[in-house]
Amino acid sequence: MRARPDLIEHLPRLRRYARALTGDVNRADDLVQDTLERALAKLDLWQPGSDLRAWLFTLMHNLFVNQIRLRRPQETVMEDALDVPVSGGQMEALAARDIHEALARLPEEQREVLLLVGLEQFGYSEAAQVLGVPMGTVMSRLSRARERMRQMLAGEPAIKLKVVK
Amino acid sequence: MTAELLEQELHAYVDGTLPEARRLEVETWLATHPADAARVQAWTGQNQSLHAAFDAVLNEPLPLSLVRATRRPNMTMPFKTLTAMLAMLVTGLLGYAIGLGSSGLAPAAPAYLARDAAIAHAVFSPEARHPVEVDAAHADHLVAWLSKRVGTQLQAPDFSAQGFELLGGRLLSGETGPVAQFMYQDGIERRVTLYVRRAAAGNQETAFRHATENGVDVFYWIDGDFGYALSGQIGRQAIQRLADAAYQQLVTASAKP
Repeated sequence: MRARPDLIEHLPRLRRYARALTGDVNRADDLVQDTLERALAKLDLWQPGSDLRAWLFTLMHNLFVNQIRLRRPQETVMEDALDVPVSGGQMEALAARDIHEALARLPEEQREVLLLVGLEQFGYSEAAQVLGVPMGTVMSRLSRARERMRQMLAGEPAIKLKVVK
Repeated sequence: MTAELLEQELHAYVDGTLPEARRLEVETWLATHPADAARVQAWTGQNQSLHAAFDAVLNEPLPLSLVRATRRPNMTMPFKTLTAMLAMLVTGLLGYAIGLGSSGLAPAAPAYLARDAAIAHAVFSPEARHPVEVDAAHADHLVAWLSKRVGTQLQAPDFSAQGFELLGGRLLSGETGPVAQFMYQDGIERRVTLYVRRAAAGNQETAFRHATENGVDVFYWIDGDFGYALSGQIGRQAIQRLADAAYQQLVTASAKP
C-alpha cells in the first residue's frame, strides 16, 4: 500500500479560500469537511507527484458549484446577464461598504477566479486547471471581476457624501 | 502591443508573474498611461484587501472535526473498521510499553515537534506576499512580542553568514501552547523556518535529530523547556549547517547571565 499524502498541511489554506468564497464561517468549514471526505474517498485517483493542493481546490470547486446548482437551479444560466456593463446610473446601487460585501456581490464564477489568483496565488494556468476552463476564460473572468470590484469599492456610499452643515 | 495582450500583462504585473524585463516595460507604459495606472493600483489594492480580510484564517486553531476528517480511514466495511481500530489499539499499547521500557516518559514526543514544524513550514513558506505576521523591519518588536507570548526570552538567530536574512515571524497555536515561527530567506528566495515552542512535560534534552516530513528536512532539538525545529527544502546538509549555527547562537545566548 502506497503512503497516503497528509492533507492536514493544506487545511489552513482550504479554510481561507472557503471562508472568502462563502463569506460564512460555518458554511466554509462544512465545505472544507466535504472536500476532505471527497479527497479521502478519491485519494487513489490522485497522481502522486502532481500538485495535491491544486487537486484539493479542484474538489472544493466541484462541490461548491454543485451546492450553488442545488440552491438556485433557476439562476445557473445568469452569468451573462450579470455581466452587462454598468452604466453611470447604476453605480450608486453597486457601491459596497467593504471587501466582504463586494465579494458577496460578485458572480460566483468571477469570485472564484479573483480569490484563486489574488488570495491563493495560483498561476493563471493552475487556476484554469482547478476550475476546468480554458485559460482565456480565466483571464476574462479575472478582468471582469477586478473591474467590477473596482466599481463597487470606488462607489461612495450615499451617507459619506453628506456634508456637515 | 495589442489591447488584449496589454490587458493580460497588466494583470500579470499586478500578480507579480511577469519576467523582470517585461515588468520594467509595463512600468514604463504605466508612467504615461494614467488610466491603466489607476486600474493597476486598484487591482493591487484588491489583492491587499483580500489578504488583510482573510489571512487571519490561516492562524486560527484548526477545528478538531476538520483535523479528524483528514485522518479518517476510508473504509466502508465494518469488519475493516474493526480491524483498523484493533490495530491502532495494539500499536498504541506497544508504543506505550516501549515508552515505559526505555524512559518511562511519553514516547516519541520530539517526533511530533518535527512533524508540526514541517507542517507549519509547508503552510506558510509558500506565501508570496504575506509569509510573516510581523516583518524583520520591526525585529526588536517581533522578538519581544513572540517572547512574551511563548513565555521565554527568544532570540532570532543570525544566519547572514549562511546567506539567509530574517523575513519576520508569526505566532501559531500548538498543542503545548503558543508557538513562534521565524522565517528566513536567501538571495534566490529559498525559505527556512525556525519553530520554537514549549516542550511537552517530561522531555529530556536531545541531541540534534533529523527527520524528513513530506519532503521537508527538519533538524530539531530540545533545550531546557523548549523545543526547536529548523525546516526547509534546501538540502539536508544546508539545513544542518543552519541548525548548527542556530544551536551555537542560542546556547551561547542562554549561557549568558
